[in-house]
Parts: sequence; structure tokens; C-alpha cells
Amino acid sequence: MSQVAQQPILEVRHLVKHFPVRQALLAAFQRKLRQRIRAVDDVSFTLERGEVMALVGESGCGKTTIARTLIGLEQQSSGEIRFSGELIGAEERRARAGLLSVDVGRVGTREQQMLPHMSLKRLRQRAQMIFQDPYESLNPRATVFDIVAEPLIVHGMAREREERIRRVAAAMEDAGLRPARDYYSRFPHELSGGQRQRVVIAGAMVLEPELLLADEPVSMLDVSIRAEILNLLNDLRRERGISILFITHDLGTVAHFADKLAVMYLGRIVERGPTEQLLRDPRHPYTKALLSVVPVPNPRLRKARVILQGETPNAANIPAGCRFHPRCPVAIDRCRTEDPPEIALAGDQMAACLLVSHAQNQAA
Amino acid sequence: MSPGWWLCARASRVADTPLLSIRNLTVDFVLPDGRTSHALEEVSFDVHAGQTLGLVGESGCGKTTTLMAVMRLLPSNGRITGGRILYHDLDLLSLTERQMRAYRWKEMAMVFQSAMNALNPVMRIDDQISEAIVLHQLMNSAQAARRVDTLLEMVGIAKERGDQYPHQYSGGMRQRAMIALSLACSPSVLFADEPTTALDVMIQAQVLELLKKIQEKLGLAIVLVTHDLGVVAEVCDTVVVMYGGKVAEYGSADRIYNDPQHPYTQRLLESFPDLNKPGEVLSSIPGTPPRLTDLPPGCRFEPRCHKRIDVCAVLAPRLIETSAAHYAACHLCEAPETGSR
Repeated sequence: MSQVAQQPILEVRHLVKHFPVRQALLAAFQRKLRQRIRAVDDVSFTLERGEVMALVGESGCGKTTIARTLIGLEQQSSGEIRFSGELIGAEERRARAGLLSVDVGRVGTREQQMLPHMSLKRLRQRAQMIFQDPYESLNPRATVFDIVAEPLIVHGMAREREERIRRVAAAMEDAGLRPARDYYSRFPHELSGGQRQRVVIAGAMVLEPELLLADEPVSMLDVSIRAEILNLLNDLRRERGISILFITHDLGTVAHFADKLAVMYLGRIVERGPTEQLLRDPRHPYTKALLSVVPVPNPRLRKARVILQGETPNAANIPAGCRFHPRCPVAIDRCRTEDPPEIALAGDQMAACLLVSHAQNQAA
Repeated sequence: MSPGWWLCARASRVADTPLLSIRNLTVDFVLPDGRTSHALEEVSFDVHAGQTLGLVGESGCGKTTTLMAVMRLLPSNGRITGGRILYHDLDLLSLTERQMRAYRWKEMAMVFQSAMNALNPVMRIDDQISEAIVLHQLMNSAQAARRVDTLLEMVGIAKERGDQYPHQYSGGMRQRAMIALSLACSPSVLFADEPTTALDVMIQAQVLELLKKIQEKLGLAIVLVTHDLGVVAEVCDTVVVMYGGKVAEYGSADRIYNDPQHPYTQRLLESFPDLNKPGEVLSSIPGTPPRLTDLPPGCRFEPRCHKRIDVCAVLAPRLIETSAAHYAACHLCEAPETGSR
């Protein structure tokens, strides 16, 4: 068991999630190549216990798809996800493979299939998700108590009434709803945006999970409340040793408490590394651009900004070569044809850019 | 790039005299249960041509109400109970609704918060823009069509996409279309209500850049409403910090950010994450803003203030000039000897 404790909470290897595009019947008869949206296209990362990692990128880059796949709301197309050493998602895939004789059934090597698998229900006891919009993720007709207690009922935990009340109260107080009993019988519409998000967090914390997947938990909130929720997540992590995967489009909000950053562009992680190092010395041109447009709260520090033109291209139509090259301010000819590999840099930093490898080779 | 000469027609004014002066604007809402919500009280500030003024504060502090009152677009239960809105020395509040229509959109226009909700979903973008132009009888429909092309080009939308519907646009493009619509009648003042709140950082940067470019070209005055202090720091010349329907602090952006006088401004700035200071613990402001139906008798920020003194609970502070062109409504700024406590 001691081995288990040292295992990273989350290990993602070559995760791919493609969505098929609905196609006209005629085209199917003509055996046209079926179009796919490559939402997540070969993503690997590791999250250690008690660590906070931020996944940053523009809308449509695949951040949310990763979170949904991790928690089993989507089935990955290929690649493996290990939660605390155990493969997840594979069990369902094998069940499906029995029904469908297509090649979906091939799940990894024999060795991988021998590993213990974790069912989604068991996974969701230990990993919980916080959704973006606290106005839409709470049942408007349920009281706060019922909302927070529901996960316990679903998982058949705390069946005794007193025990259930105790755990709901503890989760709510941990989430900053104090005193908890004042909130029990209230409905979501009676609460402010910040309080709603605390209810969402309490509902996730009541199962005492080891991992929180937080999908833009503060982007709908006012600045002063944003700080409260960020501090709350930070406290949970410090006191409970919870690991957090924090998904956001705003680098500014995560710089304060993420240990690691991963920057995504069009389905792939283009750069990752320890937060402070990455903010100080970004190597990928996309990270540089993203950093330069984060507003600085001081007019004296207005700086030259690298504003990328256009928007993230459609994931159904990923450019050849480096997927960032059409918007890249420093692209060279090779970028049009060559897909850059992940280049390991000093201090656990990684960047997928041909220019970075160039500089490295020259230095070597 | 052909900017269209008529766009520049009203560009330059004397910069010293304000284009728009708001003086002691007070707005009440009558709620369905008969109570009165004091949404705005004695709000004053000046807007100069070619400059950007930022209106910041938490949700419900009266930012949007201020804009709606100036445009005279308050909902039917809202009433302007006092103050003046001077546009070139003309009090807009003295106008009849019919006269006001000559000013709305032609002199001052608005970029609404959510472009998806502000644009008509069953009308093509170019028709929506030319409708505004024709409605204000500036030109015939053929001229209007040409003007729509110019406007779309100015905001960076390809002419060919003008005949599409809002749902075919991305979020950033909808906001650009909204900006084109607001510029349709060449206004002198542009009110932008949280124009970038729903957008990604990169698209936000694009939209802010666009507003800045348009301002330089047309000499517009822009009033930017936002709760994002970072955005304000990037683009604004002067800043009005609002709290609970009143002006808490008002001054140049530089002074507000580097020498804030009001405790609320200080706390607001401390709670904003700064990339340049990673690892620092963010301070938050405990408590919630006051209910506008049930205001405290003294300073509205007193229950949440970390620097409060006895007088704060009983007496509302006046907005006083703490230094040249810098105003704050706080008892601590009023008398230096009590400030040293």
C-alpha cells in the first residue's frame, strides 16, 4: 500500500478524444472520409497528490473536454487515464467492446488490461467536479441541504440521519457557509453568486474527494468574490491535501495558487511547467501572447501586447504542421509542415515549438 | 482603408470643457412591494472628448443604472429624482421624450453587455445596422448600405459576412457587430457596458484594441463600465469607483491605482490578482454590498470597512477633493487629523 501513497493522483497518457461529425447519408454511402472534431489530440500530464495544476487556453481548445473525460462524462477515443494508479474508463470500454466488434475494443496492451480498473462510480467518490456557472449547476427546486446531501445518498454513504446532517454541516462550513443551519432550507435563488458557488463546492466536498476538477469556477463572479473563492480552494488544498485541476482562460486568476501550468491550444498542450518559472520565462509564442494580454492592474505598467488576430480555428480542421502556425507571430517555413514534438527544457518545463528546439540545438 | 469622411465630422472638440457632465444624478426604483430602492445618489462626473472614463464597482452598485439614466432608458419603475445631465451645456433631463430621440444613438450610443441578447436573432447584421441609420433619417437605404460596409470594415468584419445572422457569428464577432451598430450614427459618446466580460482574454484584448483604435480615429469619448480592474487600468484615463449607488472615489487612473484614497478602492485593488506578484495571498472584502432598499445611515461601506471610525456609522461622507482633480467620499480623507488614527 505504501506504493499507492506515492503514486500520482492523476496520470494522463496520450489522451485523445475525437467527436464524429454528423454526416449526410449520401456521403456515408460514398464512403467519404468521416470528419472528426479533434477536441483533445494527444495530451499527457501528471498531477501529484496535493498539487494544483492549471489548464489554460482559449474557448474551444479542449480544456473542458479533458475534464469531462477524466470524470467519465465522455469516453476517450484512445490513451489512458490513471487515477491513483488504477486505470479508469477501461472497464466500460471493455464492456462496449463485447457488443461492438469494431476496433474500439483494443484497449492498450495485455499488461495494461491486467491492471486493476476503477468503476466510474468509485472514481466519482474520490474525484469531483465543480462547474463553471453556479446559476445553472444547482437544482432551482432543491434546498441547499438537499443539494449538498445528494451525493451522500447517491453513493449510499452516511445512511444515519445524524451522520448525514453532521457531514453536510461540516462540508458547508468548510465551504464558508457559516453557520450551516442558516442555509439548510434556502433555495439557490435566495443566494448570491458567491454563495451559490460555495454550495457547489460544499456538494463536491461532502464526499471528501481526493481530486477536484474545477472548470472556470470563478469566471462568472465579481472580482471581490473571486478572491474569496480562490482563497477557499487554496485553504482546502492546504488543509486537506486535495489535488486540484483548475481550468481557466485567465492566466491572471491562477498565477496565485497553481503549482504547475499547462497551456493548451487546439487540443494539445503546447507548454507546461512550474507556475513561477513559466510566467517568468515563457518559451512558446502562444504562451507569450497569452501572458501579454493579461490585464495588469496598474496604468503605469501598460506594456506592449501581442494580440493574436482571428480566433482559435475549428478543431474539425486543424492546420497541418504546427497547429499554431497560422496565428503565430514568429512562424518560420518549417512550421507549416512539421508538427513540433514536446521539447523538454530545464526545470521540468516543456514546450512544443520548433523554434525552441532550434535554440536548444544551437546551445548544445 | 477608407475611413469615410463623415465619420470624422464631429471628431474634434475643445478638450478642456467636458462633453458630458453628470451632476448629482439621483435615481430611485419603486419595487413591486412598494419599497423604494435608492439605486443612485448624487453621482457626478465629467466625460471629455477623446478620453475613456472607467466606471467600476461590484454587481449592483449602479454602474449600468447610471448609463441607462443618461440614455434615459430606465425601466418604467425607475425615476430620476434629482440632478442634471449636461451635454454641451444642454440639460438632457429637460428634453421631452421626442426631443431626446434626436440625441439617443446620434449623439450617444451604447454597446450592450451581452451582444447575443442585444442583437435581433432573426435579422441579418447588415439590416440591423442600416435600420438604425435609416431610422435616424441620416441617409437613404442605398447610402446606408455603403455606410454599413464601411462600419463593418472598421470593426474588422468581412463585408461578405454582413448578410449573416447573429448566431452564425462567434462571441468576439458579435461584440464587433455590436460596436459597428453603436457607431452607426457617428455618436460623440460611446457607453460600453461590460463589453468584454463574456469573452476570452485574447478576444477581450482584440475588442479593447478595436475600441482604442476607433477612439483615436473618431475622437470619441468612451465610458467603459466593468468590474474588471485590469481592463480599466489598460484603457482608461479617468476612473469612477462606485459603491452602493454612490461615487466612492473619482480621479485619474494613475492616482486611483497608485494612490487610492478610499478604503473600498484599496481593498478592491488588493483583491485583484496581479501576475506580477505571484504567490501573494489575495485579500477579499468580507460581507456583501448594502441592500439598496435598506441603506445604512452613515457611510455605505462602513459595515465592511477595515478602517472605520465612530463617525462613519452615523454620518454619510461627502465627496471631497483630496488633491487636484481627485475626489474621495471618506471621513478619513476629510480631516487629516482624524486620518492619523
